Amino acid sequence: MAGLHKSEFPNPVINWIDTRMPIFTMMQKEYGSFPTPRNFNYFWNFGALAMINLMIMIITGIFLAMNYTPNTELAFDSVQRIMRDVNYGWLLRYVHQNGASMFFIVTYIHIFRGLYYGSYKYPRELLWMIGVVILLVMMATAFMGYVLPWGQMSYWGATVITNLFSAIPLVGDSIVTWLWGGFSVSNPTLNRFFSLHYLLPFVLVGVVFLHVVALHITGSNNPLGIDVKSPQDTLPFHPYYTMKDSVGMCVYLIVFALLVFFAPNLLGDPNNFIPANPLQTPADIVPEWYFLPFYAILRSVPNKLGGVILMFGAIAVLFVLPWLDTSPVRSCKFRPIYRWLVLLLVLSMVVLGMVGAHHPEGIWVVLGRLATAYYFAHFLVILPILGKLERPMPLPESISKPVLGGGPIPGAIPAKPMEKA
Amino acid sequence: MMRPLRGGLAAFLVAAAFALPARAQEMPEIPKQSWSFSGPFGTFDLAAAQRGFQIYKEVCSNCHSMRLLHYRDLAGIGLSQDEIRAVAAAVTVPGPLDDQGAPTERPGLPSDVFKSPFPNDKAAQAANGGAIPPDQTLLVNAREGGPDYIDALMQGYTDPPEGFKLQDGLYYNKYFPGHQIRMPQMLQDDTVTYTDGTKATLAQEAHDVATFLMWTSNPEMVQRKQMGVHVVLYLALLTCLTYAVKRKVWADVH
Repeated sequence: MAGLHKSEFPNPVINWIDTRMPIFTMMQKEYGSFPTPRNFNYFWNFGALAMINLMIMIITGIFLAMNYTPNTELAFDSVQRIMRDVNYGWLLRYVHQNGASMFFIVTYIHIFRGLYYGSYKYPRELLWMIGVVILLVMMATAFMGYVLPWGQMSYWGATVITNLFSAIPLVGDSIVTWLWGGFSVSNPTLNRFFSLHYLLPFVLVGVVFLHVVALHITGSNNPLGIDVKSPQDTLPFHPYYTMKDSVGMCVYLIVFALLVFFAPNLLGDPNNFIPANPLQTPADIVPEWYFLPFYAILRSVPNKLGGVILMFGAIAVLFVLPWLDTSPVRSCKFRPIYRWLVLLLVLSMVVLGMVGAHHPEGIWVVLGRLATAYYFAHFLVILPILGKLERPMPLPESISKPVLGGGPIPGAIPAKPMEKA
Repeated sequence: MMRPLRGGLAAFLVAAAFALPARAQEMPEIPKQSWSFSGPFGTFDLAAAQRGFQIYKEVCSNCHSMRLLHYRDLAGIGLSQDEIRAVAAAVTVPGPLDDQGAPTERPGLPSDVFKSPFPNDKAAQAANGGAIPPDQTLLVNAREGGPDYIDALMQGYTDPPEGFKLQDGLYYNKYFPGHQIRMPQMLQDDTVTYTDGTKATLAQEAHDVATFLMWTSNPEMVQRKQMGVHVVLYLALLTCLTYAVKRKVWADVH
């Protein structure tokens, strides 16, 4: 009959469903037999880890929302009630709170993987750009989530960040009033942030789905950055990579557990244990650690609008990265100069993170400006030029050759312009 | 009316974000103490926490509230139900409205939150020279240095150094940010007479009250760490097993 799927599952129930709606065939194709490059290293765990982390956040978040009250008078106490009186509420809360940090750790490593092995290059530009959208939605979600406990840092962080929009000429002030739902960060702000904090993770699920769809069209990149040429270069996703991801997941859960159970407030700010007080500004208004590099970029420009533009530009530049990098070679393994510059970029982010955590004075101003300059120079100047100047090392003939053969690669051929898939 | 205020606030925040304000005076290093609750296997020294509670009851609670703690929570530092009932019954709290709609009073119950010393912030401010004594439930978590800071602060009252200009009504404390604190030195040797016979030196009192406040901040800590040990051991075993299976699965590829 037209339209019915010819299912090959022996189980009659599964077969019956699969004939009418071939989701089992699809799962088998996309997660079972899906051909995956055989040479992944453990950096390729982090996409799956981010997905797991998102699920952990949504599940703990749903249970937290059952006990949380988004009202400025009650929010702080309701969070403490979760910590003290809800059964295992402290566990839910600490998993959710530290889960945000874990999410950014995992995602930042995932992004580094993409940068180092050139996963953003043809044909994965759209996949990369969807990833940048994920990062943006994640940041918005994390920012609004941090406001909900309604501590001092929640309140003042929200005030500082929403005020950034007032830098927009002409309409800035109106936009800020509109965001706040009033003339300061207040009850309407908290209410809408709670609503959006509950909504955005599901938007994230949708965008992650698109990210995975795009990935399954292009197929995964790999540490060599060369294309899959024959079935010999690949392994079925299951059981090879389901097992390898499971190992990574166990290690990730151990790190997560160490944070949650033994140092749950290590990455938090003591000020957020003080209820929000609009009349008392804390000595230092510091965002959570994962925003510090961007906060440092913001502050390294002695002009509000300029700082805001650079801060958003730091993310925006990632959108066009596939066209800024002119090198035909993907993986840094074969890019003798760029390899070090990527690490320098990481170093500049770490320096920016430290700058963001300190008062902008003395050496921190200088360091902040230097690191900011390098961050943008890396993408806007070095990448376009280096691609033309750098002599890449010879690329191996195929993925299976170095893996199967080991040792030196006899059939190595010199790099040629961007391989067409 | 709010618009200029908000504009001013925005301008202030921008200034705060970009200006290079002078830092407060250098702070001495807060001495690190050894605590019963540090480390992955740490638990609360219940005797110390109970002595700390005695100090809170007799000294701190005259000014500092403990609004997130219920009397029933005291079971967590080893008080019996009878002791908790007695502690709660010592205070009078507002009861339900009577048949005429008039307010009533009743003795406290274990299910009540700790009674605050002042009816509201304004009253607290008026009675304390303009400063509101901070609520102590989360004080340890809310201060850089945690229990070490509380311990040091209690013992940090000294004469101000030569040339230090102390404002009227403030006291010098070498560990307080800015060194000028509104709270006078409340703990001295033998400020309390411990019911368990422990000698009440200042260091002992500071240690005990910091232990108690660490508990009020993190009452779940012991359960959390014990669960953590189990979780991490379980995950470590699971990691080994998973890795072994992974090796077996990959054996034909390598």
